[in-house]
Amino acid sequence: MIPASFDYEVAESVDHALELLRTKEDPKLIAGGHSLLPLMKLRLARPGTLVDIGRLGDLRGVRDAGDHLAIGGLTRHHDLNTDALARQHCPLIAYAAGLVGDPQVRHRGTIGGSLAHGDPASDLPTICLVLDAVIVARGPGGERTIDASGFFNGFFDTALAEDEIITEVRVPKTGSAGWSYLKFRQRALDWATVGVAAVVGSSHGSIQGAKVAFTNMGQTPLRAAAVEAALDGAPRDAVAQAAQKADEGTDPPSDTWATGDFRRHLARVLTGRAVEEALSR
Amino acid sequence: MATTERPAPSIGQRKQRKEDPELITGASRYVDDISIPGMLWVYVVRSPFAHARINGIDLSEALAAPGVVAAYTGETLEMGPLVMAWPINDECKAPAHLPLTKDKARYVGDPVAVVVADSRVHAKDAAELVQVEWEPLPAVTDIKEALADGAPIVHEEYGTNDAGSWIMSRDSPAPIRNPSGPYFEDPDMVTIKEEYYLSRLIPNAMEPRGVVVDVNSSMGEYTVYSATQIPHILRTTLTITCGVPEAKLRVVAPDVGGGFGSKLEAYPEDAICLTIAKVLGRPVKWIEERSEGYVATLHGREMYQQIELASTKDGILKAVRVKLWASMGAHMRIITPGIPMLGAWLYAGCYDVEGYDFEYTNVFTNNTFTDAYRGAGRPEATYAIERAMDALARELGMDPVELRRKNFISDDKFPNYTIASGLTIDSANYAGTLEKCIGMLGYEKFRAEQKSRRESGSTKVLGVGFSTWLEMCGIAPSRVLAALKYIAGGWDAATVEFLPTGTVRVLTGVSPHGQGEVTTFSQIVADQLGVDFDDVEVLHGDTQIVPLGLDTYGSRGLSVGGVALWKAGEKIIEKARKIAAHELECAEEDLEFAGGDFTVKGTDRSANIKALGFSAWSAHNLPDGMEPGLTATHLYDPPNFSWPNGAHACVVEVDTETGSIDLLRYIAVDDCGVRINPMVVEGQVHGGVAQGIAEALFEEATYDSEGNLQHGTMTTYMLPGPPELPSFELDHTVTPSPTNPMGVKGVGEAGTIAAPPAVINAVVDALSHLGVTNVGRPATPERVWNAIQEARR
Repeated sequence: MIPASFDYEVAESVDHALELLRTKEDPKLIAGGHSLLPLMKLRLARPGTLVDIGRLGDLRGVRDAGDHLAIGGLTRHHDLNTDALARQHCPLIAYAAGLVGDPQVRHRGTIGGSLAHGDPASDLPTICLVLDAVIVARGPGGERTIDASGFFNGFFDTALAEDEIITEVRVPKTGSAGWSYLKFRQRALDWATVGVAAVVGSSHGSIQGAKVAFTNMGQTPLRAAAVEAALDGAPRDAVAQAAQKADEGTDPPSDTWATGDFRRHLARVLTGRAVEEALSR
Repeated sequence: MATTERPAPSIGQRKQRKEDPELITGASRYVDDISIPGMLWVYVVRSPFAHARINGIDLSEALAAPGVVAAYTGETLEMGPLVMAWPINDECKAPAHLPLTKDKARYVGDPVAVVVADSRVHAKDAAELVQVEWEPLPAVTDIKEALADGAPIVHEEYGTNDAGSWIMSRDSPAPIRNPSGPYFEDPDMVTIKEEYYLSRLIPNAMEPRGVVVDVNSSMGEYTVYSATQIPHILRTTLTITCGVPEAKLRVVAPDVGGGFGSKLEAYPEDAICLTIAKVLGRPVKWIEERSEGYVATLHGREMYQQIELASTKDGILKAVRVKLWASMGAHMRIITPGIPMLGAWLYAGCYDVEGYDFEYTNVFTNNTFTDAYRGAGRPEATYAIERAMDALARELGMDPVELRRKNFISDDKFPNYTIASGLTIDSANYAGTLEKCIGMLGYEKFRAEQKSRRESGSTKVLGVGFSTWLEMCGIAPSRVLAALKYIAGGWDAATVEFLPTGTVRVLTGVSPHGQGEVTTFSQIVADQLGVDFDDVEVLHGDTQIVPLGLDTYGSRGLSVGGVALWKAGEKIIEKARKIAAHELECAEEDLEFAGGDFTVKGTDRSANIKALGFSAWSAHNLPDGMEPGLTATHLYDPPNFSWPNGAHACVVEVDTETGSIDLLRYIAVDDCGVRINPMVVEGQVHGGVAQGIAEALFEEATYDSEGNLQHGTMTTYMLPGPPELPSFELDHTVTPSPTNPMGVKGVGEAGTIAAPPAVINAVVDALSHLGVTNVGRPATPERVWNAIQEARR
């Protein structure tokens, strides 16, 4: 409940935040704080200075950028969940944002914070991965873009440097493709025991360009390469067969919620259901 | 003719709670809201090991840290052991439990040192600097492993973790009707043997614990503000542990944010804070952190159960035989050894059997101590018999409802029927309550739907489970407690006083912390004495204001404390009648009392009780020799337990591919006797059922092989919330208790006792066509899925 003592600075702009990251001792960015503060209260995290970027309004909101949506790094889950552009052009990410945590978390937590935290049990990293999103980061050397496929390095470990800030997340519009996100959990507010995201197109009765990704099936969010390969160009009745390959290449954890073996089983069941649901949309 | 308009009866009305405006506007005063000038903060250093010898503690760095005023170990802070009040028999092992352990830590969280500083942050920061020289020892956290040869020994002086057994045929003061043995040897009997493991639970009151101690050094007086259910018991136990004169020790339970038994305890921190305040002569404060509470506050339930039933081939239950092995954790806290006994007489449920045997063995393990958790002993008993009844129904090929109907203790046995285990049930209508439940459920329609769902090959199957349950509460007749080796009594006290300004002050010895007695006791007084509901003020929870009492637990608030109040009210009426007769110049027998007025029969001459209260206070014109004041105190010792009961049904949908469970319906028909405030009763049932469902489907506290709590935060410990629960469907029957003048029984634990077997029976019923006969609890998706796979093998 009582964190170790720390300094606190409010960033007035992205540049100011970058300067604070450069000059303060052991700094840590805080946006919504719903991942960081619990760790600090347990004294598992002891940053020297919190750099609060929560008031950088420029980084909030969803913009139509032609073939993709530009989602500000500080866009809160609730705002993403209820955003008209997101619901129209990328309903998967709007829907998934509504499944994160509980209402309090969704009104504080941000997409940039969720990605930067790199928790493989979180929903939005998986969604960004399955959508082939691009993450825009700014650091002392300026701006760079990182593909979601190259962003998640390991358990709570991302390609984001310690002196960088996620300013934007670019998600391609999903067009006519069907989508699904099945989040298996016992309680509404839990992390996913296993989550399966699917974006599936079809043409003339066969599946085209199926993309499937998992939450909490390894050290990072994972793409289900074997399933995707099995589905591509396959007839619709091939889904059940393809879903059996769901756990190939995964390394699910065993914890108090489920054993790794049960997660593998869930991944197979939920993959079948998610792809079917996507095909039905 | 009496013409005064009588106030509408208050008892039975859904009166809005007097307590709620403060609670819902944040105006309540909890321990953490209390701050005293010059107050210091206490932080407790706890063992990170489940079992480790302490070879030395170095406080020097901590003492040198900013803001630190003092630091202590068990060697330097002098205190006696904490009080254990229920040594169940001569073989009960009760090792001295020191608030700060000196020799070794016996569970993760065992307090070993304390730091006192000028702020909470300074105290916590400095606590990290306390250096303990640990010698880790092998730990044992499983009940069966603790009893195995070569297991690590929690209390070395005994050479065993077996903390003693209690055997009903040997130790119970009430004779058993027949031993169970012959029924199990009878070849004509159908017998079953079931084994269940009840996981360890963490109570999770909304308000964590906390203590503030104020000192008046010149008077040698201490005030302990504690988040407790038991200010009176705590006053006595702290006196013993800390050596403070009982008359100079005031214990206050301010607003307390829930307890569920977790605040029915004499905790190390209460004694530590009082002793530090005594030594330093300064006020101190300790507030529990949530994850700290997960290891420092008592746990509940954990036990292995073995239950055997013997029945005739046509389903007449004849005998029940039960053995339990219960986890004490590392210490015997205030009533730990007796918790399983609180269910001892109930393992035949509300079924009329002939043979009965029961015994349990207490076992020490390297876990947080267990003690009373909502229902204490009775949820365990209800779980065993209600699960076993379904198992017997499967064995006999009978419908579980039909089996229950066949075996209920019939209405004509009441009032006061002595059951096979030897206690006497006051009153009940088991069959009527079940029929009401069945009607609400639409049983035949459900079975048809279940069948068609199965036949369709759907992966979403349906199940229904029942729990026709009873409990014994209103704990308890003092003579019975004596025979069970509990060292205190079971009475409670109430004082009613008419104040000169026309209001009525009630002092109650029970200590509500969410139960709503400020409201319900006002309703009782309003009706009994004919005063306005709003003119009654109920005070509680401060031993200086209410010196007499034995507090709130075991669904006793109304059935003991409320009856004490009623009896005090009778004394008030008796005295007021004398004053009325004096003022109206008539004989007492000529007066009738109704709606607050004493009226001379056949006339319009009357005196109102409020005016008589003023007469008694002014004492200007009282009968010769009468004491002034219209006030009365009554200490009520219940002549029997009260026996609430009910019939609950749960409908679930189970996904056979993922093991996930969707609760579709939960129906609860409860009989708690006369209901003072139906809304308060329903609130209790709602909360209790939610907790019972949580126990069945969500909550468990497990440990790793080194004795670390794996469900150590609210992230991992699975408390369900509203999204996980269906809308409860409630109804009731009313079978007044003949034991007390109000006919009340108690309802505080009902839902928690009833719900777990209804839920698990429903899950097993849903999967019975696949051959599933048991699912471990909590029935997590993985456990359910595994049960399906095992049945298919």
